[in-house]
Amino acid sequence: MVLSVGVVGTIETISTARTIVTTSDDAERKLDTSTYRRTAATLGVQPGGGDILLDEGVTLQDRYSILGVLGVGGMGSVYRARDLRFPGVTKLVAVKEMINIAADAGLREMIVRNFEREANLLATLSHPAIPRIFDYFTQENRSYLVQEFINGKDLEALLEESDGFLDEILVVSWAVQLCDVLTFLHNVQPQPIVFRDMKPSNVMIDNHGHVRLIDFGIARGFQVNQRGTMIGTEGYSPPEQYRGEYGPASDIYALGATLHHLLTRQDPRLEPPFSFADRPIRSANPAVRPELEPVIMKSLAYDHQDRYASAAAFKDALMKMAKETGILGRLNTGEGRPGDAARGTPSVKPLWSFACEDEIRGTPLAAQGALYIGSYDNNLYALNAADGKFRWKYATDGGLPGRPAFYNDLLYVGSEDSRLHAISARTGRVAWTYYADRPFRSSPCLAEGHIFIGSDDGYLHAINAQTGRRAWRTEVNGPVRSTPCVAEERVFFGCESGDFYCLDFTGVLKWRFGAKRAITSSPSVAKGAVYFGSVDWTVYALESSSGFAVWRRRLSKAVISSPALSNGVIYIGCADEFIYAFEARTSKEVWRFQTGGQANASPLVFEDALYCGSVDGSLYSLDLATGKVRWRFQTGGPITGAPAAADGRVFVGSNDRRVYAFAP
Amino acid sequence: MTDQIRFATSYDVGLIRSHNEDALLTFTCNLSGDGGLPACGLFVIADGMGGHLMGERASGIAARTMARVILEQLYLSVLRDGEEDRPALLEAMELAVQAANRAVSLAVPGGGTTLTSALIFGRQLTLAHVGDSRAYLVQPDRLKAVTRDHTLVQRLIDLGQLTSDEAVEHPHKNVLVRALGQQETLEVDVATSDLSEGNLLLLCSDGLWGSVSDGELFQIISNSESLQQACDQMVHAANRAGGTDNIAAILVELPGHPPMGAGSP
Repeated sequence: MVLSVGVVGTIETISTARTIVTTSDDAERKLDTSTYRRTAATLGVQPGGGDILLDEGVTLQDRYSILGVLGVGGMGSVYRARDLRFPGVTKLVAVKEMINIAADAGLREMIVRNFEREANLLATLSHPAIPRIFDYFTQENRSYLVQEFINGKDLEALLEESDGFLDEILVVSWAVQLCDVLTFLHNVQPQPIVFRDMKPSNVMIDNHGHVRLIDFGIARGFQVNQRGTMIGTEGYSPPEQYRGEYGPASDIYALGATLHHLLTRQDPRLEPPFSFADRPIRSANPAVRPELEPVIMKSLAYDHQDRYASAAAFKDALMKMAKETGILGRLNTGEGRPGDAARGTPSVKPLWSFACEDEIRGTPLAAQGALYIGSYDNNLYALNAADGKFRWKYATDGGLPGRPAFYNDLLYVGSEDSRLHAISARTGRVAWTYYADRPFRSSPCLAEGHIFIGSDDGYLHAINAQTGRRAWRTEVNGPVRSTPCVAEERVFFGCESGDFYCLDFTGVLKWRFGAKRAITSSPSVAKGAVYFGSVDWTVYALESSSGFAVWRRRLSKAVISSPALSNGVIYIGCADEFIYAFEARTSKEVWRFQTGGQANASPLVFEDALYCGSVDGSLYSLDLATGKVRWRFQTGGPITGAPAAADGRVFVGSNDRRVYAFAP
Repeated sequence: MTDQIRFATSYDVGLIRSHNEDALLTFTCNLSGDGGLPACGLFVIADGMGGHLMGERASGIAARTMARVILEQLYLSVLRDGEEDRPALLEAMELAVQAANRAVSLAVPGGGTTLTSALIFGRQLTLAHVGDSRAYLVQPDRLKAVTRDHTLVQRLIDLGQLTSDEAVEHPHKNVLVRALGQQETLEVDVATSDLSEGNLLLLCSDGLWGSVSDGELFQIISNSESLQQACDQMVHAANRAGGTDNIAAILVELPGHPPMGAGSP
């Protein structure tokens, strides 16, 4: 599969240069786009099809507030923007704009369709060297791709800024990392992805010295009415690409050309085509060690059969050379880096992931070899827990914010369509539905053959799990979005009114406790105490028979996360970005761990680790005793649901629409 | 039906001393019926020091202040049935001990006291503790100490400088590192748990645990037919061992457990 459609002219040399570039952490500093403007002017090109840059302060989709221009290209611009969906933090994104200038309506439509298809494909790629895609949309004749904002510089800029030759060790480090990401792309199933445009300006080095591959050519479809048929960048592209053929070997050649350029400072765009063999690296830069030259030159063979068989083989040759020359220990190969290279934290690869059609905000349920997950595409999905293979999906008429429950071959899930759905786990067919007057945002709790669930209609509902008939419902002071906990023959739940309730099995109120703000956090009960958090910034422990406060622990932001209990320790997240561990006996803090965003998701204790997502998009695995991070995985969107675990796997859903499976 | 909290006490001057510097306080309440409350019980033991009169005044003031604050902050506010903002159990216990610390400092300058206090409320047992009086949970097979002595010897044991056996004979075994009335800021050990960890709760001053080993105390309690008999036998054992100190003990049957002995109250 190739990530580009349409006809591309040589103008792309410029249009794709300097796309997602910033020079510093200074949020107010605008990027100098003069390089492009200057080059464009010499070619007589008007950037962006005219002076139609979006102004600072413009907000797209009520969500992305434009802060400045990162780059200007032939078919649109790239902006630095702030994602307003995260009001508590400044989340920066890069918004790439593509202006559809096709005159023909049918062609315009096809371009948008291709763009959407490619954006979807890109969004499924999970690799630390590939920027994450968060969102895309089209309004009028412009399409936008929202992606990760990368702090760093592209290799072309680095080369321009440097006076002498770049450090050979550095270049080999980048080469190894680029081989890794090409290996990843070339092994995407069912069809390999050929990057097709490897060149210094498409490789960014982030602030941690890790490579990030930018510009997947998604914009190329927007370049209509350009002359020529060449795809890729003249000078870096292999001979066969000029004949319209490209495969993994083309990327290997372009990588070789890029490395040649970095080491020799000879811009291949200014040299005769395919002249690398005539310009050995060491004739331009004698400081390069002799062992490296043949390793790179092999990738630049005219005939693709004479190059490395794969990017992995290219890497092997580089590593072998590094080992033999003793520079191996000095390489930064990017191994073990986190998804966004934010911290020196080990990252992991998911065992599998599965894409729904809209955000996943809820929590999966693993039962009997299957994984069930609700999405805001209104469907409940059943997947194989082992490999993520789709089994069936069941459509409701509303988003599914909660966690399904499983009992006697039936699945129960509350929907924003105001119904509780009971579905056969085997067939995915409906058994019965139960109506509330308002949406269900609470999750079902099964006990004593009944389902206990709250609704926005202000009732706690008790429903016979077999028949779907109501046993009783008890009115409370507001919507119930927390999930009830049944213990000690009582039903415990919080309410958006700020009240916390304890009912008996007939629905009669035993006691009520007043917090100062909403209680969305779902309670846990252990050893005569019930634990939950509140939007009033407090974690509460109440005596379970009376509702008397045993202790209160005040934090510095809202607590929406639900507590997990293990061995006398309470684990809970907070909007202040921390995940906390408190001793249940004393309320003393055992440890805290800071994530990169609000920790509104609920943690899960599994084996010797705590798993918790954050609005920063990461799933964290923390050591239960110390709170030290074991690993993290960066998804493409905020995580608001809790993880689930079964059969040696941990699962989590993300607002990037995907559900992921991990080895713990 | 509300669980009744049953308990027994013993309070003895010992064989050597003329004054009893220990203080002992119990308060239990049952309120059944509409608007009923879970069983509630407050138990305090304080062991004063500072010589003639000072010690008994310090321990008495500490026990009274503790009871006053708990009743005001928790119990009366419940009886008033207001939606008022009352402290959590852990906070109330901490508040009460801090208040007792100030009261001792003001009323008995130079005096001091230990304070070990247990609040049973519903299914939670909350302990506040300073000094070397102790709380034990009586489990089916042993006596489990749930407080930690704030003494020099305990500190030395924690530091690995002393074994438990050596501590028994240590010349400074009566030296406290923490007590009420000694400093303005006082660190209080406060913790809560449910009632399932033991059948009985024993609070006592060092006049008991310093004279009779944990194993002997466990045997006496196990062999007794009633709470009061156990208390009497424990004092008897302490006096048999010399009766060098005042002895105060409270033995509480934790709600939800079968009563002690063959059904005798």
